[in-house]
Amino acid sequence: MTITDMPADVPVPRSGEDHGSKLLDVRDLHVEFHTRDGIAKAVNGVNYSVDAGETLAVLGESGSGKSVTAQAIMGILDMPPGRIPQGEIFFRGQDMLKMSAEERRKIRGNKIAMIFQDALSSLNPVLSVGYQLGEMFRVHEGLSRKEAKTKAIELMDRVRIPAAKERVSDYPHQFSGGMRQRIMIAMAMALEPDLIIADEPTTALDVTVQAQVMELLAELQREYHMGLILITHDLGVVADVADKIAVMYAGRIVETAPVHELYKRPAHPYTRGLLDSIPRLDRKGQELYAIKGLPPNLLKIPTGCAFNPRCPKAEDICRTDVPALVPVTEQDGTELPGRGSACHFWKETLHG
Amino acid sequence: MADAEKNEKAMEPAADATPNVTEVETVEAATEDAAVAAIEAKVDRGEPILQVRNLVKHFPLTQGILIKRQIGAVKAVDGISFDLYQGETLGIVGESGCGKSTVAKLLMTLETATAGEVFYKGQDITRLSGRALRAVRRNIQMVFQDPYTSLNPRMTVGDIIGEPFEIHPEVAPKGDRRRKVQDLLDVVGLNPEYINRYPHQFSGGQRQRIGIARGLALNPEIIICDEPVSALDVSVQAQVINLMEGLQDEFNLSYIFIAHDLSIVRHISDRVGVMYLGKMAEIGSDTEIYDHPTHPYTQALLSAVPVPDPESREGRERIILTGDVPSPANPPSGCRFRTRCWKAQDKCAKEIPLLAIPERFAGTDSPAAHESACHFAEEKDVVHA
Repeated sequence: MTITDMPADVPVPRSGEDHGSKLLDVRDLHVEFHTRDGIAKAVNGVNYSVDAGETLAVLGESGSGKSVTAQAIMGILDMPPGRIPQGEIFFRGQDMLKMSAEERRKIRGNKIAMIFQDALSSLNPVLSVGYQLGEMFRVHEGLSRKEAKTKAIELMDRVRIPAAKERVSDYPHQFSGGMRQRIMIAMAMALEPDLIIADEPTTALDVTVQAQVMELLAELQREYHMGLILITHDLGVVADVADKIAVMYAGRIVETAPVHELYKRPAHPYTRGLLDSIPRLDRKGQELYAIKGLPPNLLKIPTGCAFNPRCPKAEDICRTDVPALVPVTEQDGTELPGRGSACHFWKETLHG
Repeated sequence: MADAEKNEKAMEPAADATPNVTEVETVEAATEDAAVAAIEAKVDRGEPILQVRNLVKHFPLTQGILIKRQIGAVKAVDGISFDLYQGETLGIVGESGCGKSTVAKLLMTLETATAGEVFYKGQDITRLSGRALRAVRRNIQMVFQDPYTSLNPRMTVGDIIGEPFEIHPEVAPKGDRRRKVQDLLDVVGLNPEYINRYPHQFSGGQRQRIGIARGLALNPEIIICDEPVSALDVSVQAQVINLMEGLQDEFNLSYIFIAHDLSIVRHISDRVGVMYLGKMAEIGSDTEIYDHPTHPYTQALLSAVPVPDPESREGRERIILTGDVPSPANPPSGCRFRTRCWKAQDKCAKEIPLLAIPERFAGTDSPAAHESACHFAEEKDVVHA
C-alpha cells in the first residue's frame, strides 16, 4: 500500500509562514481513540481553513469525524481515550496544539466559541440561564454578579428572546427548544469571538424554528464579521448559508468546493451519491438513488480509498492507494479555485 | 385474588343487569363473529380501509396527591378526520407536539380515544374487544422511530421478529416459525443467517430493517410508520425508503407515514395531511399540498424547508414564523394558528375554521380545491417561488 496523501495544497497554498492570513488553519490533523477493541481512527489528516466573515460547512454522516475535528479545535476532546498523534491547528498564525492549557483556556470562549447540538443537555438544568450566560463575563472579564446579569439580559435581547428581563432567572426547562438554542447562541456570542463552531445547531429543531435560528445566526455573523464553521449532515441547510463546503468521509475530507460549484458539479462519487439520495420538496421523484452498503467501521477502515466498497466506480487502484485531496481543474486545465477532490477518478466524475 | 375477581365483575356490568347470562353471551359471540368476519374481508384497491371521524384524545392534567382533581387537559388530538385508502400512503406532517404520534397510538389502539371513531373496514375499533380487537391489531402494525430503543437488546433477531407469532399463533404454526423469520429477513434485505444475532451487532439502518420485518410478520394490511427514517444517516435513509416502497407494492400495503421531514413525505406519499396543535390544517394529494397549498401554516412550513440548491437561496421568498407553537393544554380560541399567522383577523379568534374545500375554490377543478381549515384560504406556491 502506498500512501499518496501528502498534506494537500487545497484549499490553502502551503507556503511556510503563511499562517497569519487565515483566521483558522487546520493542517493534517489526526485524532485517534484508544478503545478496548483497538484504535479507532476518527480523523485521518484533515486540512481546512476559515477566514473572518466566512462560513465553512463541514458535511458528513455520523462517524465521519466532523464533530471530533471541531472538538480538537476547541480543545475539549477527552484525552485519554482521545489522542492527537499529528497535525497542527493554527489560530491567527499560532499553533494551538503547542500552547499551554492556560493559553488555550484564554482562547476558548473568548476567541473561539462553540454552539452544541442538543441545547437541553448542554445547559445546566440546576442553574438559571442568566447565571450561565453571565458566567462568561465573570470568568473571562472578572465582572461582578450584578454586572454579569445586566450583560446577560442584553445578550438575551440580542438573540431576540422576548421579555428578557423577566426570563433571565428562569431555568432551561422553562424554555422551548428554539429558545434554548437561542440561549446557546447567546452564550457563544457573549464575548464576541472571532470564530464560532456550530455543531448541528438546528438538528433537534422543527423546520419553522430552524429557519428562525439559522437566520439569527447568519445575521449575527454578518454583524460581527465572524468566521463560522457549520457542522451538519443536512444538505438543505448547507445550501442556504455556506460559502464553501468540505465533505468528510471516514475521517478525511473527500471534497472541497465553493457552495454553488459543489451542488452543480460534484467531483467525488460520495458527494454525488449524497446529492442524488435526498428527496426534493419541489419535485416528485422516481425511486431514490441509494448509496449501497454502510459507512465504514473506524476500527478497520478499508485500505485504499475508504469509500471504495460503496463506490460504483471503484477499480483496483481504489483498493490499494489512498487518493490525495488534489486540486480540481476544468477540462482545459483552467484552475477552479477552492476546489479539490480525493478521488482517483475525479476527472471522470466531474467531466464525465 | 380478591381484587382480580372484583375487577372481573366490574368489567361486566351487563351480566348483573340482565337475568339470562348465557343468552347475552351468545349474542355477544355472534356480533364478535360478525366483526371478525368483516375484518377478515378484503378491501379493493382505492376503497377506504380506515376512516377516522372526529378523533379526540385529551390527556388529563391533575393536581393533588391523595385527592386528584382534574385541572385541565392537554388536547393532544382535538377532532381530526381523514380516510386511508387501500394501497395508498398517507403522509402526516407537523411540528413536534402537534399530535401526530398520538394519532398513531390511537390508530394502533395503544391509547383509548376520548371521543370519536376509527372505522377499520366498517368496524369501529375504539369499541372492539376480545377476538375482534386482536384481529384488528394483527392487521394494523407499526414501525417505530428509533431503531436503537425499539428493539429489545436481550432478544435475538429471530426472537424479535418471531414474537408476533407467539401472540397470533394462527399466522404461523410453531414448527414453521424459524423458516418464516428467515424469509422475512430475506424480504427486508438482511442475510437470513443473522437470525441468531443480537440488535447491537447491527447498524442503525439494519436495525430499522429488523423493525420493518417485525411489522411485516403478521401480513398486516396497514403499517403505521412513526418517523421511520429520521434517526438514520442520509445515505441509509434512501435505502430504507426504497425498501418500504418496494414492500408496499409487493404486499399491497397501506401506509400511514408520519414524519417531520417534508421532502421525504412528498417523495413517499400519495396524499398528505398537515397537522397543527391537534387539528388537521390541510389535507390533499401531494401535488395539491406541495404545489398549491392554501393554508398559511402549510405555506410557512414549506417555505421554511431548506432546499438543497444554493442557486435558489437569494431569490426564494421565505415566510419565517415568529414565536413557538402554543401549549396544547391551553390552545388559542378560534383558529389555533392565528397567534402566529400574518393573515389573522377578528374572525379567526371567534370562529373555528372547518376543514373543508374553501368556498372560493368549491366546484372548480383547480388543484387549490382541496380541504383546508382556513377562513382566508388562498393559493400560494412557496416551493417553486
